[in-house]
Amino acid sequence: MGKFEYAPAPESRSIVSLRESYGLFINGEFASSADGRAFKTISPATEEVLAEVAEAGPVDVDRAVAAARRAYERTWSVLPAKERGKYLFRIARIIQERSRELAVLESLDNGKPIRESRDVDIPLVAAHFFYHAGWADKLEYAGYGPAPRPLGVAGQVIPWNFPLLMLAWKIAPALACGNTVVLKPAETTPLTALTFAEICQQADLPPGVVNILTGAGDTGKALVTHPGIDKVAFTGSTEVGKEIARECAPTRKKVTLELGGKAANIVFEDAPVDQAVEGIVNGIFFNQGHVCCAGSRLLVQESVYEQVLASLQRRLATLRLGDPLDKNTDVGAINSAAQLARIRELSEVGEAEGAQRWSPPCELPVKGFWFPPTVFTGVSQAHRIAREEIFGPVLSVLTFRTPAEAVEKANNTPYGLSAGVWSDKGSRILWMASRLRAGVVWANTFNKFDPSSPFGGYKESGYGREGGRHGLEAYLDV
Amino acid sequence: MSAPVDIRAGAGSSLREFLHGLPGVDQVGAEARAAMLASRSIKTTAKQWALDMAISMIDLTTLEGQDTPGKVRAICAKAKRPDPADPTAPQVAAVCVYPDLAHLAAAEVKGTGIHVASVATAFPSGRTSVEVKLADAKYAIEAGADEVDMVIDRGAFLAGDYQLVYDEIAAVREVVEDAAHLKVILETGELVTLDNVRRASWLAMLAGADFIKTSTGKVSPAATLPVTLVMLEAVRDFRATHGRQVGVKPAGGIRTAKDAIRYLVLVNETAGEDWLDPDWFRIGASSLLNDLLMQRTKLATGRYSGPDYFTLD
Repeated sequence: MGKFEYAPAPESRSIVSLRESYGLFINGEFASSADGRAFKTISPATEEVLAEVAEAGPVDVDRAVAAARRAYERTWSVLPAKERGKYLFRIARIIQERSRELAVLESLDNGKPIRESRDVDIPLVAAHFFYHAGWADKLEYAGYGPAPRPLGVAGQVIPWNFPLLMLAWKIAPALACGNTVVLKPAETTPLTALTFAEICQQADLPPGVVNILTGAGDTGKALVTHPGIDKVAFTGSTEVGKEIARECAPTRKKVTLELGGKAANIVFEDAPVDQAVEGIVNGIFFNQGHVCCAGSRLLVQESVYEQVLASLQRRLATLRLGDPLDKNTDVGAINSAAQLARIRELSEVGEAEGAQRWSPPCELPVKGFWFPPTVFTGVSQAHRIAREEIFGPVLSVLTFRTPAEAVEKANNTPYGLSAGVWSDKGSRILWMASRLRAGVVWANTFNKFDPSSPFGGYKESGYGREGGRHGLEAYLDV
Repeated sequence: MSAPVDIRAGAGSSLREFLHGLPGVDQVGAEARAAMLASRSIKTTAKQWALDMAISMIDLTTLEGQDTPGKVRAICAKAKRPDPADPTAPQVAAVCVYPDLAHLAAAEVKGTGIHVASVATAFPSGRTSVEVKLADAKYAIEAGADEVDMVIDRGAFLAGDYQLVYDEIAAVREVVEDAAHLKVILETGELVTLDNVRRASWLAMLAGADFIKTSTGKVSPAATLPVTLVMLEAVRDFRATHGRQVGVKPAGGIRTAKDAIRYLVLVNETAGEDWLDPDWFRIGASSLLNDLLMQRTKLATGRYSGPDYFTLD
């Protein structure tokens, strides 16, 4: 027992009223799936069943796409742009009003700490809707010609790591540009998307503009291969992303993919060490490392390696792992049994390949899916844990000697989503940023997001950008 | 941290090299970390513990031109028995007064374990000769202070004359000897940057400070969470490299129990629990005490009573 033990400070669940079962959201109404199939969604922290959710099949996909097409042709694409903007502003405000409910629901269904869903996810969700609401009637100034046209119906498939935020990244720009959407949330985290469907009703959004289909991989496949959609937007694994690219290649569909990453977080000897350590922690342990742009490869200049590692280990000993709804929790639950198995497998590979594994003393809850914050040292570029995306709270530590070597190692990956540079020298940061092949380069910070800043990858991290002026291109016929 | 350097033997240039060789502080990052820790939720038993700990860490302060013997006696009475209605309320760590009133405070708290802190070295600006500053410190000790809160020469620090600042602290250290604890006030509101705060913290520790203290309370901003964060990092790293533990005292601007608890969280998660002790962490404050007492009563009884139910001083 320490001197100052923080008593449990759980956020109340009472603000969330879970329904026993949820239908598909098609044409402004909830309906069960055509074949009556359904699946359960659980809380990964306790394995408690939260609700039953309809599983959409091909018939449901047809209906949803048809509803979206109708809404596109009759309502949304002919609505004056400023009216589209008003709907988005209204949705943004409702999200703010219901932010506590959405945060609790997100933490319940996803396993992420309430501090993150409350302070990061939900505020960013609202910010994305506000930002794109502003664009709706100003698209002629976006740099894509005098009157850029929407594409039509967008089929969107999103992952489980930032369920509502990924929804916002997909739906807000699509709607702002005049498209209608059919969106499939991940099978382990459907609840905030379904609550978002309620918000669309609350905002009186015309029926069919937003359709939400819950389901797993088959539902996603039926959606992206449906001939009635004009645009595919996917965030998820590189493996699935490649399949989607193959499926869509012979079609007229416009595709954007935001896939995996294995980002380098590069710490120079002149870095502000205490803040760099915070950045390392935030880079890989934020959201249990379930972040495509996570700083999973730490590159430390050899001259400060021991100092940085010692500071990092001391800091990790203060991380608080446990109940996602406790306001003092820093590290929550792993999202699913399958993801936990993958993290375990790759960590065992790391050990087998000779890297040294370290975790702070850390008691894991008995029920649910948990993995301690883990650091591998003695990792080289040849190790699998330095090359493959683990998508969990596992950091691989490598060293470098010169800036050129840092760039070389950072770029030596099939991915290229993000990178971080820590140095007090501005000129070095700029030098590095111009050489790193990554969609985002953070300087003296990590995992900072803003709707005005484009996000996206190089190489196997995908193509297309989301957010900012650049992100509008994905939803305009340009 | 770099290897320990024997600064005492060095000339001014090596002192400068050492201080400028300390890792920089990224202000945005430090502020973000302090804000994150400020969002910790301290409830029930943890809050109870924290409120009592905060009370026992207070340097109950009166530093006004209008201070009189009556005022000093009053705060000494408050220090000894903060809540006359509740004898379980702990007493504070010290009373903090001007040197000419230290003898009165010493007499009042004699035998209670409460320390007498006196500001010295031409507090608050420190703008006088070294001789006067040393005489000021000496006077405070002779009057019965067992803690001396000195100010550094911020002008010299900002002009880059680190050696002068160092020498003054070392000279006061010599005058004070073992008769009193030496707290060195950095007046971070005048040093402005967090890089300066880190350098001044190390400078003071190397010159022999027992405590490093943020502010006089006469300059705004006084204590802030980011500044205290950087100072806590400094004492943590100094102990790791030099083997000596130095205390930290934020002072000025901490008025509510909520604020005080945020500082305790900062201590807990930065320097660690070794500093969660009135010997190693103090809070310079006056009105804070009553808010802590009110929250304490609220926690025990479930009800708020008005400010009239707590004694003024």
